[in-house]
Amino acid sequence: MLLIPCPYCGPRPELEFAYGGEGGIARPADPAALDDDAWGAFLYHRSNPRGMHVERWRHVHGCGRFFNARRDTVTDLFACSWKVGEAAP
Amino acid sequence: MSVAFRVAEGGRVDRARPVRFSFDGRAYTGLAGDTLASALIANGVHLVGRSFKYHRPRGFVAAGSEEPNALVRVGAGTARATPNLRATQVEVYEGLVAESQNRSPSLAFDLGAINDLAAPFLSAGFYYKTFMWPAWGWKRIYEPLIRRAAGLGRAPEAPDPDCYAQRYVHCDVLVVGAGPAGLSAALAAAEAGARVIVCDEQAELGGTLLDETPGSAHAAWLARTLVALAQAGVRMLPRTTAFGMFAQNFVALAERVTDHLAAPDPALPRERLWQVRARQVVLAAGAIERPLIFPGNDRPGVMLAGSARTYLRRYGVRPGARALVVTSSDEGYRSAIDLAQGGVDVTAIADLRAQPAAALADAARAAGLTVLPGCEIEGTSGRLRVRGARVRRATGDSAEIACDLVLMAGGRTPSVHLFSQNAGKLSFDEATGAFVPDDAGGAIHPAGACRGVMEIDAVLRDGAEAGALAAERAHLPTKAEVLRTVVATMEAEAVPARKPHARGRAFVDFQNDVTTKDIALAVREGFVSVEHVKRYTTVGMATDQGKTSNINALGLMAEARHAAIPQVGHTTFRMPYTPVSFGTLAGAARGNLFDPVRQTPIHAWAESQGAVFEDVSLWKRARYFPEGAETMHQAVARECLGVRAGVGVFDASTLGKIEVVGPDAAVFLERMYVNPFRKLGVGRTRYGVLLREDGFILDDGVIGRIAADRFHVTTTTGGAPRVLAMMEDYLQTEFSDLRVWLTSTTEEWAVIAVQGPRAREVIAPLVEGIDVSPAAFPHMSVREGRICGVKGRLFRVSFTGELGFELNVPADDAQMVWDAVWARGRDAGMVAYGTETMHVLRAEKGFIIVGQETDGTVTPDDVGLGWAVGAAKPDFVGKRSLARAAMKDPARKQLVGLLTQAPATVLEEGAQIVADASAGRRSLGHVTSAYFSACLGHSVALAMLSGGRARMGESLLVPMPGGDVTVRVVAPVFYDPAGERVNG
Repeated sequence: MLLIPCPYCGPRPELEFAYGGEGGIARPADPAALDDDAWGAFLYHRSNPRGMHVERWRHVHGCGRFFNARRDTVTDLFACSWKVGEAAP
Repeated sequence: MSVAFRVAEGGRVDRARPVRFSFDGRAYTGLAGDTLASALIANGVHLVGRSFKYHRPRGFVAAGSEEPNALVRVGAGTARATPNLRATQVEVYEGLVAESQNRSPSLAFDLGAINDLAAPFLSAGFYYKTFMWPAWGWKRIYEPLIRRAAGLGRAPEAPDPDCYAQRYVHCDVLVVGAGPAGLSAALAAAEAGARVIVCDEQAELGGTLLDETPGSAHAAWLARTLVALAQAGVRMLPRTTAFGMFAQNFVALAERVTDHLAAPDPALPRERLWQVRARQVVLAAGAIERPLIFPGNDRPGVMLAGSARTYLRRYGVRPGARALVVTSSDEGYRSAIDLAQGGVDVTAIADLRAQPAAALADAARAAGLTVLPGCEIEGTSGRLRVRGARVRRATGDSAEIACDLVLMAGGRTPSVHLFSQNAGKLSFDEATGAFVPDDAGGAIHPAGACRGVMEIDAVLRDGAEAGALAAERAHLPTKAEVLRTVVATMEAEAVPARKPHARGRAFVDFQNDVTTKDIALAVREGFVSVEHVKRYTTVGMATDQGKTSNINALGLMAEARHAAIPQVGHTTFRMPYTPVSFGTLAGAARGNLFDPVRQTPIHAWAESQGAVFEDVSLWKRARYFPEGAETMHQAVARECLGVRAGVGVFDASTLGKIEVVGPDAAVFLERMYVNPFRKLGVGRTRYGVLLREDGFILDDGVIGRIAADRFHVTTTTGGAPRVLAMMEDYLQTEFSDLRVWLTSTTEEWAVIAVQGPRAREVIAPLVEGIDVSPAAFPHMSVREGRICGVKGRLFRVSFTGELGFELNVPADDAQMVWDAVWARGRDAGMVAYGTETMHVLRAEKGFIIVGQETDGTVTPDDVGLGWAVGAAKPDFVGKRSLARAAMKDPARKQLVGLLTQAPATVLEEGAQIVADASAGRRSLGHVTSAYFSACLGHSVALAMLSGGRARMGESLLVPMPGGDVTVRVVAPVFYDPAGERVNG
């Protein structure tokens, strides 16, 4: 079970969290302005890296808030986490 | 009672407390402190099992959890008898009942031994090559045969009557293994002030120190250390196996709490799962002695030398009268000398190496032992017990040496399982001839034998250093204790010699009956990867996970490939280290506690009316209310007719409800749902459709505007959590500019649906402050007011097509309101109806159910809800996706109705739809809902049909088990197509 650093509550066990997919993918401000390929990339293309991965988590059984985190997909260790709207450290 | 092989004194058993037990129906006596294995050996019993594949007679190989052969079923009865326990770990208690496995009718005479004669045909992978013809043979002959032969032991038949506990715990330093390394690590860490947990799979803490003679320096150190640890508040967990190691030092321990007790306190759990989050972990798992590979190395009486020493020193039993020690390591000498001193007649030490260390050979000779260097073991004799071994000496001459014990000392393999489970890297260590952990450098500290440090003083020092370092890394001040020095001798190890050219079968994996020939065959047939060889030969795949066989198998593979072991690599270590019971993993989560059960406030009433319930997500919902001996179909027909002709009442409390509040609530809902909401008047409701960003329907429900800044949103029963989660996601991350707050109100409001032409007359007298007349309270409206005197929200909505109301009242008052509705309704002939009738009534009207008509690939237009989409809105979740070309393809599946040619035929939900009876026909769509409509007198079905709206009137086929059913495509509204009945 991973130990996940909630930026609001501190480190908590994984079972308090829900995974929210890759982070840093903002919904386009004006989706209608995108062509099909660009919209399709927003919907479906994800980086799936071996190594550091920016991802979203929600402390669903805690403070309820979404936040961002950087996790190494090889070691499963979290490097850092930050609140929505903050710059990535 | 005299027990033949018990020595007069010594060992940690309690000679004052004899214990009676039975094995295969025979009564035996052991001593408190014995394992089943040591007690049987004390009684001269070595034949304890039959091998998996060849049914060869097998005896004890080891004294600990690595035992591959002595698997037994322990306990009586159908519920508590546990199969596949290692007799070497089972502690004897008064009345223990054990029996052997994999034999019929008895251990001494086993019919399955015919396989041994057929061994030439049962080589590695024989099952891939043998069971090919004839084609029908698989189902009728091979599969039943293989199923009977496969698997070890018999699982208990009855439900498990015991309870199992689970605990979460944190500590600074977790020490796995309480041998010399683990105990000195625990001591060092505890003295530095760390919170320490130390666990060990054995009944007593001490590991190999338990094999030391009483009064020796090491034994004294053990006694002192255990006292010191207890005084330091260290949590000590014997009988506790660390079986899994996960990321960030999360370690799973299984504690056997009561299995060793004759009459356990019923309040105690049988086993306890500890889930430990440790800042630092010291792995002191020790090492496992390797068998040697020679023909006939699997006969009862052939065992590991170190284990024989353990039986003698710890349990005070002699594993045999006359022993031959076969060694390829210096350690074999120490075992031989100790056994000789303990009264075992050691006939010779046969060293497979040409040049044993001179000092050792001298020591052995000084103890009166014969040393034979440069030997080869050509085979063993004996049927149910070894009688002798044929030894070829360096001079070339062979001699049969009579013995009832052949002891193997092939060097020790560090137990790196947990380290490797956690993705720790291993490297090959020439000194031990095995893999050892690479320097971790982090929060995991291998110490002692599990990282290749074998000499006991070095092990003690290594453990202390690891413990001190762990405490330091846990941010505690270090006060590394003075390292203790004790006298002991244990020389360095050597790589075990292998003689693969010898004739006869030499076993590598005892439990899965894998021989040297199997591995050679696999390599010859082209298997190169160590993982492939493992699966093809099944080496290391038995319940012991290859504890005694893996390194030997790697050595053989390396030889066959003319490569070095590091180039061959090693297989992946996976949890559990030793088998863990399902009960331990499940804990309390079984039966009624497996999943939460959600009941509505009306549940007890429905029960009292004889309702039949169904599970809808976690909810129990009343499905129908049979009267007398009614079948479901009869009850549903009566309920449907009752609603359409008069009035019915339905418990809709499970509907998800979300209160959406804030100055931007309307804007938020506009962005989330396909529908426009800004212009929705206060007191009005709208049927909302929610898409995912990919344009497919996620949920639907009626949304009422309670105030300018307050909406009452309803969702499907099963969709409530995901809708709330999705709304939260957008609100927190994408639309964080909006001032909106979300609250789940699903359980706050009970919902009583009153539906049917006489609904108004039933509810009108019960509401205060709401004018329910058609003009003042039209269809799709909502009002706040008092219902039966309590504050509530009254919706005028219909999921039946009839005049309908939904009374939202506080859950605590729901039964009172329901009673009032029921009392008044009975005068109007009211029926209570359940979910089945609800489904039929809505299907007659062509109303979709999300998850039944939709499957995650359906757009609003596909199900005829294009009218709901606010096309003029600049954006909403999923809007851009609806503009993609594929979403407008006229061949998309669309919602239609189907009428069967024979009115009584009800289609099967999920059945496919085809155009004709030709052989190559393709599916045009599928049936999503199908019921018999009592109101219409014929069956109705909804379906998703390719280009369906352009196929009205077409005749198609639906293949069903009884043959093709002819159907006609019609509009999906069967009842009251004009929609006039909602007006009452």
